[in-house]
Amino acid sequence: MRWGVVVFPGSLDDRDAVRAVERVLGDEAVPLWHKDPELRGVDAVVLPGGFSYGDYLRCGAMAKCAPIMDAVRAHARAGGLVLGICNGFQILCEAGLLPGALVRNRSLSFVCDVVTVRVETSETPFTFGCRPGELLSLPIKHGEGCWVADEETVATLEREQRVVFRYVDRAGQVVPEANPNGSLANIAGVCSAERNVVGLMPHPEHAVDRLTGGEDGLRLFRSAQAWLGRDAAAPRREPSVVPGP
Amino acid sequence: MAVARPAIAVTEATAAEHGLTPDEYARIVELLGRAPTFEELGVFAVMWSEHCSYKSSRAFLKQLPTAGPCVLQGPGENAGAVDIGGGLAAVFKIESHNHPSFIEPFQGAATGVGGILRDVFTMGARPIANLDALRFGALDHPRTPYLVKGVAGGIGHYGNCVGVATVGGDVYFDAGYNENILVNAFTIGVAPADRLFRAKAAGPGNPVMYVGSRTGRDGIHGASLLASAEFDAQSAEKRPAVQVGDPFTEKLLLEACLELMRTDHVVAIQDMGAAGLTSSALEMAGRGGLGMELHLDRVPLREEGMTPYEILLSESQERMLLVARAGSEAAVQAIFARWDLQAAVVGRLTADGIFRARWRGEEVCALPVAALTESAPVYRRPAEEPARIEEIQRFDAADVPEPADLTHALLTLLESPNLCSREWVYRQYDQLVGGNTVVRPGGDAAVVRVEGTRRGLALTVDCNSRYCKLDPYLGAVLAVAEAARNVVAVGARPLAVSDCLNYGNPEKPDVMWEFQQGVQGIRDACVALGTPVVSGNVSFYNETAGRPIPPTPMIAMVGLLDDVEGHVTPWWKSEGDVVVLLGRAREELGASEYLAVIHGQVRGAPPWIDLEAEKRLHALCLAAAHERLLRSAHDVAEGGLAVALAECSFGGPGLGARIAVERGMRADALLFGESQSRMLVSVRRRHLGRLRDLARREEVPFTVLGEVRGRSLVIGDLIDLPLEPARERWRRALERRLGV
Repeated sequence: MRWGVVVFPGSLDDRDAVRAVERVLGDEAVPLWHKDPELRGVDAVVLPGGFSYGDYLRCGAMAKCAPIMDAVRAHARAGGLVLGICNGFQILCEAGLLPGALVRNRSLSFVCDVVTVRVETSETPFTFGCRPGELLSLPIKHGEGCWVADEETVATLEREQRVVFRYVDRAGQVVPEANPNGSLANIAGVCSAERNVVGLMPHPEHAVDRLTGGEDGLRLFRSAQAWLGRDAAAPRREPSVVPGP
Repeated sequence: MAVARPAIAVTEATAAEHGLTPDEYARIVELLGRAPTFEELGVFAVMWSEHCSYKSSRAFLKQLPTAGPCVLQGPGENAGAVDIGGGLAAVFKIESHNHPSFIEPFQGAATGVGGILRDVFTMGARPIANLDALRFGALDHPRTPYLVKGVAGGIGHYGNCVGVATVGGDVYFDAGYNENILVNAFTIGVAPADRLFRAKAAGPGNPVMYVGSRTGRDGIHGASLLASAEFDAQSAEKRPAVQVGDPFTEKLLLEACLELMRTDHVVAIQDMGAAGLTSSALEMAGRGGLGMELHLDRVPLREEGMTPYEILLSESQERMLLVARAGSEAAVQAIFARWDLQAAVVGRLTADGIFRARWRGEEVCALPVAALTESAPVYRRPAEEPARIEEIQRFDAADVPEPADLTHALLTLLESPNLCSREWVYRQYDQLVGGNTVVRPGGDAAVVRVEGTRRGLALTVDCNSRYCKLDPYLGAVLAVAEAARNVVAVGARPLAVSDCLNYGNPEKPDVMWEFQQGVQGIRDACVALGTPVVSGNVSFYNETAGRPIPPTPMIAMVGLLDDVEGHVTPWWKSEGDVVVLLGRAREELGASEYLAVIHGQVRGAPPWIDLEAEKRLHALCLAAAHERLLRSAHDVAEGGLAVALAECSFGGPGLGARIAVERGMRADALLFGESQSRMLVSVRRRHLGRLRDLARREEVPFTVLGEVRGRSLVIGDLIDLPLEPARERWRRALERRLGV
């Protein structure tokens, strides 16, 4: 499988995403420069963490205007896989590819910690191999990870089961103490209406190695591998166009 | 806008305003054979400032051991470098940013991080981790919470945004820093050992290029006026001399420089730190024995109307000066353009040894480089032991009553400002970016994996300033020993040191004495432990209104793990494991945290140390770690055995311990005394015999204390502490006291 990892000025966790893809999964990682006009035929695009354009103006607000984003939008429209992690999630929300917005943590402080998230749906390419209700231990590190949206949007997401991850305690319960940033309904990650675009604040690429943060993040990457290689027993909500090689 | 060069006649009085003494000014006139121009005076003022010239410290720093089999680069470059095997070098340095951080804590701390990062990537190394050693005034001082929040926020802002993990450091509170906090930042990077870049100019005719941010008016005279003078009530007015950081540009600069360094276009490179363009130009030329011609009107500017004087002395951040190979200019510019950065040719190297600065056709500086670098003054200032030392070392334990409730005393210690958890601080730092953080903040030393290898680096920074205040020599020895012990605790072999020597005004004999004692202590300990000093920084004039800070020689120690999988953490792992103390306790209460917190006394002699015994402890622990015998290891430090036991219980699975004690001494000394050269370890029961044999071989005292069990810490009939509530109080104490 070929994974494109977009590098914006100020992207930081792109190296970690590349390491996860190459060293751990044994897949091919294709670095994509923000000025590139196209995606070089990759199967999935990762928008990595970091501070693209210094987070100046507003997180993701400038990155959404980068030349490569037109290609990312086209890829997403065609049903291609897109994963936005942390700053990448912020960019996807700014770009209108995912609903809601990410604002300053309610504590007003940057927070680096390990959280437990519950997989809310296995019907996305990045949770395809997970059980709904499965708990994952993933690192977070962000200053603006509080996901917000209007009531109608939240209701729609809940109804369509588009909340992909929720912050929970170790027992799997949605409690305020488990919410590290004040996100509405403890939401840690969501997907697009077509379910092929997923964004989350936690960092799965930092949890692919027992030595440096556990291996729970691998579940997302392996899910995508399985999704692309899946047989006829695919989930019901299949993207309308299967991305080419 | 037309700018005229200000016509300011230079006199002794102008020189005094620049911080130069009458003698120094006379020397300048003698060296030049004429009065300097206004611009030249500015150049001399920064180059001969304490901050840049080390004029009060240089003669003493020569005592420090700087060579060793692993040393690739000792002091004198942007950073030190040691061989870590596999063709790789670890490049590191610690540096102070104290005065700017006191005046403007957020930007002061942020630019401190930015500066030390540049020192490391200037050498061609990709920075992989940061540490920050912070000293604040008393927690109940009205300004302390503001400073703590500002500094922690600034460090996080810069380090997080530039994408280098902050993996450790330390924080202490002491009223001695009420008016003069310390912010010491450390960065380590990794480079191919045969591709270290140095700041030594070569090749007359080669172009001098300016890269990175444009130059503005920020930070003018930061080095000479902020860093090289005492504080007083008006110091807040020096706020304009504090620089403003832009970590996003730094990230671009970092990537562009590392990309450039994979080519052969660079001859020499140096960051523009203290004293900006002036010092980077002069130091590069000076090391190469060459001259340099600069065209100040070709320097990219952020604002209009800047004078040549301001351009020379600006300390705007995120800038580098490099010497390229002739003909490589366009190639260098292309690399920087890819990262949306400027690269301007601003001058060239010359063979005549003269530093010439031109501006709109006019020559504003023509100075012999050697006059500024080699001929800088060197002072052997008078030093004298103050009478107070004898008085404050006097201590009789008989005057101190033993607390009736020792469990309560332990809880009080665990909630005290210097022993409670630092989680509130380090939660604000990205500890993970780069993907190589193996042991995060909170352990004895941080551990980072060296990308693409099995190796790991252990990093710590230590200094107990109470020890140093009571005995500046022994305090420095203990700082080195503790740093080494912390590295050993995670299973790493101590390699080398970077030191940041923070003291008061060196023109005062008692401060100079403290400094000399500190340097001797570092020397003796580093020689004994075989850890050379490869880089560092001296920060004098840390005093306000005549009150110097406690002597604070911060020791950053780097250790090497051949197999990072074999690292050890301080936390208990499984019930039934046996708890063993390696090393021996003496009845020592002097200078302890216990004495200060419980009895309000800062006095007595710091604990005694035998450096040979310390080495034997290291050999034992490393042998045991190598054989994978240690399930946990934790240095016994401030707060003594009881606090160390509690810390082992608070992390990891949160297990308690049942400890039996033999009472050979006062219970409070046994529990809270800070005897040195002790390591608290846990092992599987079946490995106990093997550990005992190793201890016998290394002649290290060995005592079985008890076992890991339950959810309480029970120490004989002295302590019975249920863990969960104690842990919460320990964890939350700092934020509660800060009122956040």
